Amino acid sequence: MIPRAKLKAQKVDVAEAFIADRALPEGGAWITRAREAALARLTDMGLPVKRDEYWRYTDPRRLTETAAQEAALLDPQGEAPVFGAFDRVKLVFVDGVFDAEASDSLALDGVELCTLAEAARADLHWARDLYGTLEARAQAPVERSLASLNTAYATEGLLIRVTGKPAKPLSIIYRRSATGGEAMVRHVIRVEPGAEATILENGPIAARFNQVMEVDIAEGATLHHVRAQGRDHERAGAAHLFAQLGAGSQLKSFTLTANGALIRNEAVIWLDGEEGSAHIAGATVGDGSFHHDDTVFINHAAPRCESRQVFKKVLRQGAIGVFQGKILVDQVAQLTDGYQISQSLLLDEDAQFLAKPELEIYADDVKCSHGSTSGEIDPHQLFYLRARGLREDQAKLLLVLAFLAEALDEIADPELAEDLRERMEAWLKRRV
Amino acid sequence: MLEIKNLHAELEEDSEVKILKGLSLTINPGEVHAIMGPNGSGKSTLSYVLSGRDGYEVTEGSATLDGADLLEMEPEDRASAGLFLAFQYPVEIPGVGNMTFLRTAVNAQRKARGEEELSAGEFLKLIRAKAKELQIDADMLKRPVNVGFSGGEKKRNEILQMAMLEPRMCILDETDSGLDVDAMKLVSDGVNALRSPDRAFLVITHYQRLLNHIKPDVVHIMSEGRIIKSGGPELALEVEENGYGDLLAEAKA
Ligand SMILES: Nc1ncnc2c1ncn2[C@@H]1O[C@H](COP(=O)(O)OP(=O)(O)O)[C@@H](O)[C@H]1O
Ligand SMILES: [Mg+2]
Repeated sequence: MIPRAKLKAQKVDVAEAFIADRALPEGGAWITRAREAALARLTDMGLPVKRDEYWRYTDPRRLTETAAQEAALLDPQGEAPVFGAFDRVKLVFVDGVFDAEASDSLALDGVELCTLAEAARADLHWARDLYGTLEARAQAPVERSLASLNTAYATEGLLIRVTGKPAKPLSIIYRRSATGGEAMVRHVIRVEPGAEATILENGPIAARFNQVMEVDIAEGATLHHVRAQGRDHERAGAAHLFAQLGAGSQLKSFTLTANGALIRNEAVIWLDGEEGSAHIAGATVGDGSFHHDDTVFINHAAPRCESRQVFKKVLRQGAIGVFQGKILVDQVAQLTDGYQISQSLLLDEDAQFLAKPELEIYADDVKCSHGSTSGEIDPHQLFYLRARGLREDQAKLLLVLAFLAEALDEIADPELAEDLRERMEAWLKRRV
Repeated sequence: MLEIKNLHAELEEDSEVKILKGLSLTINPGEVHAIMGPNGSGKSTLSYVLSGRDGYEVTEGSATLDGADLLEMEPEDRASAGLFLAFQYPVEIPGVGNMTFLRTAVNAQRKARGEEELSAGEFLKLIRAKAKELQIDADMLKRPVNVGFSGGEKKRNEILQMAMLEPRMCILDETDSGLDVDAMKLVSDGVNALRSPDRAFLVITHYQRLLNHIKPDVVHIMSEGRIIKSGGPELALEVEENGYGDLLAEAKA
């Protein structure tokens, strides 16, 4: 067999083993159609394997093996929950299952909210035009079949239609009660023209998670997305954010990740209308067996759009950070303004950062830049601070936080940013 | 106050590079000493060895501040003990606001000395007053430490830090280099405002110019890691007029 066919066969085998004992969930006509189509995509593409070019730096096996490995529950040791101080609509998932009792009422001005479990029972739902559609769109130029798996099998999640400007953020909270288990969570979000909302997510979801968020932002609409992925050490998971943006719309998505055996965060963004703006940022702190992968694809498909990718990773004691980021500028996308930066701060010699920044530009009048660096704490800066009286640990902490600041600056709400900054500070204080 | 005896230092990574070769110096409270000397004579190295920068190995001699062995102390402890170095090349620190940096530094030193930390309000009042004297505007206080500052702004920022930290032993390493006449005046006024009977200064400079503004009690000429001549302010004038040539020849003879 030629290698390519062999690779394909291997991927298909992995997918078939994975779904062998899993039946597609029951549901209404609209979702059954979407699930069957996704299953067909999945069995055609197979699941990723280490030899996939697209998984070159991250071995997907933990995400694709049939049984999920267990992960000890983190003891928060009295630490106040993330976003706990904010007035918000709490939407709680326990082990990946929506918990209505622990959640606030789904009724809120400016939003239509419904669980996937409930919507799946209906024969028709507004989400039918989106559910699985953006995931299918994201299968080119590279396959993201873990997301197809999610489309086919997810039974939990939220369908959110933002019609106005809700007064409070929607705060999705993932709690764990079981050390084992797996969760597939699927959210679909449509922000109607001119509407604006903030969606918060926090928590570890499950020992192994597969999360997909499909987002459709209409003309002139805005979505803020701030995510803190929990810090249970042994968990593994993949999260996909698929977003298409209409003219003059805005997306700001920020993710904080601390610890985790394997976390792959993918984002695929299509700037479909003129003057859209997408900012995708991430701050990562990890040590030990931590392996964290940010894979971002931004497609400028219309003129005068702006995109920014800001990814910062602080790594120590064997932690591995990966960044794959691509800006694709279509021929029509004149006057594109694209920026990408990925940086790692290695706190010792055992940590590793692997980066693959890419630009692919077909328009002639664009401004695009990318940069990737990997370094240690600057000894001159450290000495300068110490010479002014800062203790060594205090000086290091200040410098690490300064390194992360550019990513945190991508959060529009300064109070939310401060909450996450304090989390990182606490994490670092326990270690630096 | 500062007592340096027979100090020898070499590069840590290359012991062949000997920089300080038996330097001795005593500075008493209230005094201003100036060190002048050609490029490469070891002036900055002296300031780094005293403040505790990595990369140098002291092989002989001692340095004490009020009797305490400086060379045994961490850089931050030297700072809390009252030693301050205004850097020849102030370091840029992106992501750390100038004001945050200063407040952290002031309170870190106070804490190390067992004093009350300054409240946000007290700190603000203090820094506003001091910044005004040095014509440092609010914008400069908010910006990241030294990032995008002009040469003169960096030097003024060093003096602001000195004014806020109120050290007892101040070392200024070529604080005058790159300053225009107005900035030089601001910086020297800043230094002069701090002169007091229990504070001392060691002013490293290339030019006599600065010493017109900051009047030294003693002037030392440094060459090849040693002080080759000490005298009064007239020594600086002599250098200004004749250069170092004669002095160096005289020392060799
Ligand atoms: N880190 C270093 N690496 C290599 N050489 C150094 C280093 N620090 C100082 N030196 C050398 O030591 C000598 C004295 O330097 P320095 O103390 O900067 O002198 P000055 O400040 O009087 O100009 C110079 O020859 C310089 O090249
Ligand atoms: Mg020098």
